[in-house]
Amino acid sequence: MKLSGKVHKFGADIDTDAIIPARYLNTFDPEELAKHCMEDADPLFPSKVKAGDIIVADKNFGCGSSREHAPIAIKGAGVSCVIARSFARIFYRNSINIGLPILECEAAVEASREGDELEADLQTGMITNKRSGQQFQAVPFPEFMQAIIARGGLINYVKDKKPDA
Amino acid sequence: MGMTISQKILAVHAGRDHLEAGELVNCRLDVILGNDVTAPVAISEFNRLGYPEVNDRDKIVLVPDHFTPNKDIKSAEQARILRDFAKKHRLPNYFEIGQMGIEHCLLPEQGLVAPGDLIIGADSHTCTYGALGAFATGVGSTDMAAAMATGEAWFKVPEAIKFVYYGKLPQWVGGKDLILHTIGDIGVDGARYMSMEFTGEAIDCLSIDNRFTMANMAIEAGGKNGIIVPDDITLSYVKNRVKRPFNLYKSDDDAQYFTVREYDVAKLEPVIAYPHLPENTRFVSEATDVTIDQVVIGSCTNGRIEDLKIAAAILKGKKVHPELRVMIFPGTQQIYLEALRQGYIEAFIEAGAIVSTPTCGPCLGGHMGILAKGEKALATTNRNFVGRMGHPESEVYLSSPAVAAASAIKGRITPPWEV
Repeated sequence: MKLSGKVHKFGADIDTDAIIPARYLNTFDPEELAKHCMEDADPLFPSKVKAGDIIVADKNFGCGSSREHAPIAIKGAGVSCVIARSFARIFYRNSINIGLPILECEAAVEASREGDELEADLQTGMITNKRSGQQFQAVPFPEFMQAIIARGGLINYVKDKKPDA
Repeated sequence: MGMTISQKILAVHAGRDHLEAGELVNCRLDVILGNDVTAPVAISEFNRLGYPEVNDRDKIVLVPDHFTPNKDIKSAEQARILRDFAKKHRLPNYFEIGQMGIEHCLLPEQGLVAPGDLIIGADSHTCTYGALGAFATGVGSTDMAAAMATGEAWFKVPEAIKFVYYGKLPQWVGGKDLILHTIGDIGVDGARYMSMEFTGEAIDCLSIDNRFTMANMAIEAGGKNGIIVPDDITLSYVKNRVKRPFNLYKSDDDAQYFTVREYDVAKLEPVIAYPHLPENTRFVSEATDVTIDQVVIGSCTNGRIEDLKIAAAILKGKKVHPELRVMIFPGTQQIYLEALRQGYIEAFIEAGAIVSTPTCGPCLGGHMGILAKGEKALATTNRNFVGRMGHPESEVYLSSPAVAAASAIKGRITPPWEV
């Protein structure tokens, strides 16, 4: 699957409180959460993000809390993919589990500017910067995670293993 | 090649004799935890899975602690999802208001977590239970849902960093200072995906409450788990609490570590983390120019009886600074009751502090003690991210209970020896 969209660039250690502040965690409705996505990092983000856009961030994206509301808010806001230098562990796991595409790629992060148009091929991990024409190879997922991704998240993956299925 | 204690616990739960770092394994779980923020999502996903029953009702623990007693209608609806689910599936370990506490204070106290256990919790501070020699790690709601259905979860076997704390702890320096100093040293992603194994003579002498504080904040360095090899201090804590058999593990002498960090604790002072990351650490004597509007003592990091004891000893017979609000949150009902019996609560109230029922409330800016624009709080909690306790332009400084209590009297960040 190829995804393409405009870059919204963020710095290092964007924590889950910045992605979705706890004051909004009295719901898990994706549309409600999307209204406040990235609000404490960039108050204008919810109003300017468009379907398909791509978040590009520096190291340790999604550090802090285990709240799945963080990837849910990002997905709910229409973001097609998050590309970061590195991801915090629980956020990485949650994103795969709920089917939010994420890619780890240092070079693509370094070479991307706010507003660039990126194309990401999830199968190959190839990221193309349409402004510069440069291509970057993201770190591939282990096979086991690819299986979860291919099933659209952990719930479908576990459904397949249901004893009475 | 030998294994670390963390790798051994994963191996046993995967039915394997040996595991190498980097392997992906499926493991049986001993405890699956959720709270009123994460469990509603997990329950919704569990229902989507279509399993008629949970895999093992004894292993599931539900604690409504984040927005309880409920702060608004929406959070009341979320808490009800837990209550209804617990009733439907006849879960013995659901803790209603009156029995509940902050989850990571409550589970060890109730004997629900034991050395050698493999525990996942839909809360990032689940790593707290590593203080008992368990492998405990935070996950998201979907992992919790799958685990409730199957009793299993997948893990990538982590590498480990060994932290050696040698020397004798100076007065006023405790577990909170050790872990803040460590995070200051390696950074908020310094142990990303890895086990943090805390060792050395200072750990050998450290009380169980201080050990919980250290393991609790492993996540603030990006750690997958924090762990301390169980010893007599562990065993005397779990005795009379844990009602089922458990196993003690330790790292092999030839276990491999990604790296080893050593600290001479005799040289340490109480540590403060400045906004907006726990890695922005300074010694307290370098932080005394910071005036504050609010002090919070409590949370899953520092809401245990020893934390309240040291705060009460400092506040007893003193008054909190007139321009300051001081809020104290005992971790559980039992801790609250013990603090009452010991006279700590009286000391707090006479000093001019308030004492709350157990809740995570202020730590995550949920309710009870939200900060206004430009305000500064000194808190014994675990995170000082932008907007963590309220307005995005407020600030949170992190410290030990001793520093928080001393600062409550002076109205600025203050070393405990100054009061």
